[in-house]
Amino acid sequence: MADVAIPRAKPQMSEAGAWAQLKHNRNWLGFWFMLPAMVFLIFFLAYPLGLGIWLSFTDTRIGRVGHFIATENYEWLWDDSIFWLSVFNTLLYTFVASAFKFGIGLYLALLLNEHMPFKAMLRAMVLIPFIVPTVLSALAFWWIFDSQFSIISWSLKHLGLISQNINFLGDTTWARICVIFANIWRGVPFVAITLLAGLQTVSPSLYEAAILDGASSWQRFRYITYPLLTPIIAVVMTFSVLFTFTDFQLIWAMTRGGPVNATHLMATLSYQRAIIAGQLGEGAAISSAMIPFLLAAIMVSWFGLQRRKWQQGENND
Amino acid sequence: MSSVQIRDVRKSFGNFEVLHGVTIPIEDGQFVVLVGPSGCGKSTLLRMLAGLENITSGTISIGDRVVNNVQPKERDIAMVFQNYALYPHMTVADNMGFSLKLRNASSDEINKRVKRAAEILALSPLLDRYPRQLSGGQRQRVAMGRAIVRDPQVFLFDEPLSNLDAKLRVAMRTEIKELHQRLKTTTVYVTHDQIEAMTMADKIVVMHDGIVEQMGTPLELYDKPDNQFVAGFIGSPAMNFLKGHVRVNGVATFEGPNGVKLPLKTAPAGSDGRPAVYGVRPEHFTIADDGAEAEIIVVEPTGSETQVFANVGGEQVVAVFRERHQFNPGDKVRLKPDPSLVHLFDEATGKRMNA
Repeated sequence: MADVAIPRAKPQMSEAGAWAQLKHNRNWLGFWFMLPAMVFLIFFLAYPLGLGIWLSFTDTRIGRVGHFIATENYEWLWDDSIFWLSVFNTLLYTFVASAFKFGIGLYLALLLNEHMPFKAMLRAMVLIPFIVPTVLSALAFWWIFDSQFSIISWSLKHLGLISQNINFLGDTTWARICVIFANIWRGVPFVAITLLAGLQTVSPSLYEAAILDGASSWQRFRYITYPLLTPIIAVVMTFSVLFTFTDFQLIWAMTRGGPVNATHLMATLSYQRAIIAGQLGEGAAISSAMIPFLLAAIMVSWFGLQRRKWQQGENND
Repeated sequence: MSSVQIRDVRKSFGNFEVLHGVTIPIEDGQFVVLVGPSGCGKSTLLRMLAGLENITSGTISIGDRVVNNVQPKERDIAMVFQNYALYPHMTVADNMGFSLKLRNASSDEINKRVKRAAEILALSPLLDRYPRQLSGGQRQRVAMGRAIVRDPQVFLFDEPLSNLDAKLRVAMRTEIKELHQRLKTTTVYVTHDQIEAMTMADKIVVMHDGIVEQMGTPLELYDKPDNQFVAGFIGSPAMNFLKGHVRVNGVATFEGPNGVKLPLKTAPAGSDGRPAVYGVRPEHFTIADDGAEAEIIVVEPTGSETQVFANVGGEQVVAVFRERHQFNPGDKVRLKPDPSLVHLFDEATGKRMNA
């Protein structure tokens, strides 16, 4: 009987006016709700990004309209050893600082997840570096690493370990160590608190089951905690890498890229060329050169997350 | 397989004692159900048996070995958790083989034992799935599979069926019982559901407020509850309790609320005039001319039987009939308890008075 066609009522939709459709159609309704967020994002994110990329293809200077010069800025940077030094510095800074932030952050998170006295207070204390404004903490570090008044040099001298002050921010190696240290100090709370939140989503009965299955505390970390935490680790470390890679404030307040450009990151070099020297086009090119690196970092975590099959699959219950 | 002895075990959290000296002997291969309302300490006791909680005083032994200070993994027990506690990032096979892997068993050995357990539980087609992709009943079976693979001395179950829907719960109940009959491993099973306890147990331990109220086979508990608590806890719908006094003048009777006369087979010696509680199960009422007068309030037919709520001497009682009486709310009937099946409890202590 399937071949007997039942005369269908004409769809009512076509008769409704276009305006009524705009008001009631689900897709259009969704569009209206997204519109404010879209406007906001276009205006404050997409437009500046587009403008920055456009500027990098021009020879714009402060106070002068630029002309399109294609990839001339990039070609110039390609032969600029200071630019390549800043790329190296940025990668070193990001890699070393992120690795330490991850290690220390995970350790703190595991520690704070244990039962111990004053747990709430300790958790609050961990957040302190995070809530102090960056420039203030950078200034504090600036004094801690001062060539004459450094408390570290002073203490070591009084302990008789060294005979003269360490030139923390004047020596290229020391300066790199100092800014990386300051960045780690600032970044650890974010990693620790977020991973702690992740740890608390792991059901305690999984650990109990693992204890009964005979897992030692290392095995519980290796086979339960770590795999269950990987999605959160991926997200946290992506953010951490992005923030570190684009860091500006800390460097600018502590060293301004010195000594001899040893701590110049791409962000600080871009600022120096674009704003201080007025070469907006060239500065924009340096900034735009960060984009491939940032995209690569995002891709790594994206594909890292995609592989976790156990999180997907339909829920049958 | 081995026996388990729980001797005068106490547990305190700080100053608060939750178990007040519990002694439970469990024979080799027995299926023991700890049952009681929430907060009675049954789960705590199970966790102490597993080694997840330490023992404040008393001893627990598995086989001949006192395990008070033995690490959980050395106790040779396996536990099924209420929420199953399956590792979400491992496949069914990996979940089941995890304990063997930790013991450095060869992969051949692991495969063999996982396969065998999967066959027992009909999980073979699901071995490569993740817990997320399983239904509630399948997850339950994986949790049991994880226990079976270990081939432990004792199985512990902590309310394993309470996350399942009613129909599945009945099916899994049978499955667990069948599994026990097949493997004959000593099993301790915790539940708050007296039907689960009645249907599955070789021995039921009724717990209440940190003490053991009564231990025995399901039918012993049903036929001869030691006290009013056990009487009210075992059986569904619950036993009816009527307060009143024992009267002995020639023939023993019970004077219930508002002078209602209820039959007694015998009265304990010297109990004339004693305040007592008269207990009668809903299924032990009949309609008889010499019964107590009752006014029907609500009639609930379930098909196989009919539950009748009625007013006897101002108290509400429930009676269950398998015959199809035509009752209507407001009808006056005469309900007669079977005198050989009634229970008499001391009003003050709740202890059983009749033999």
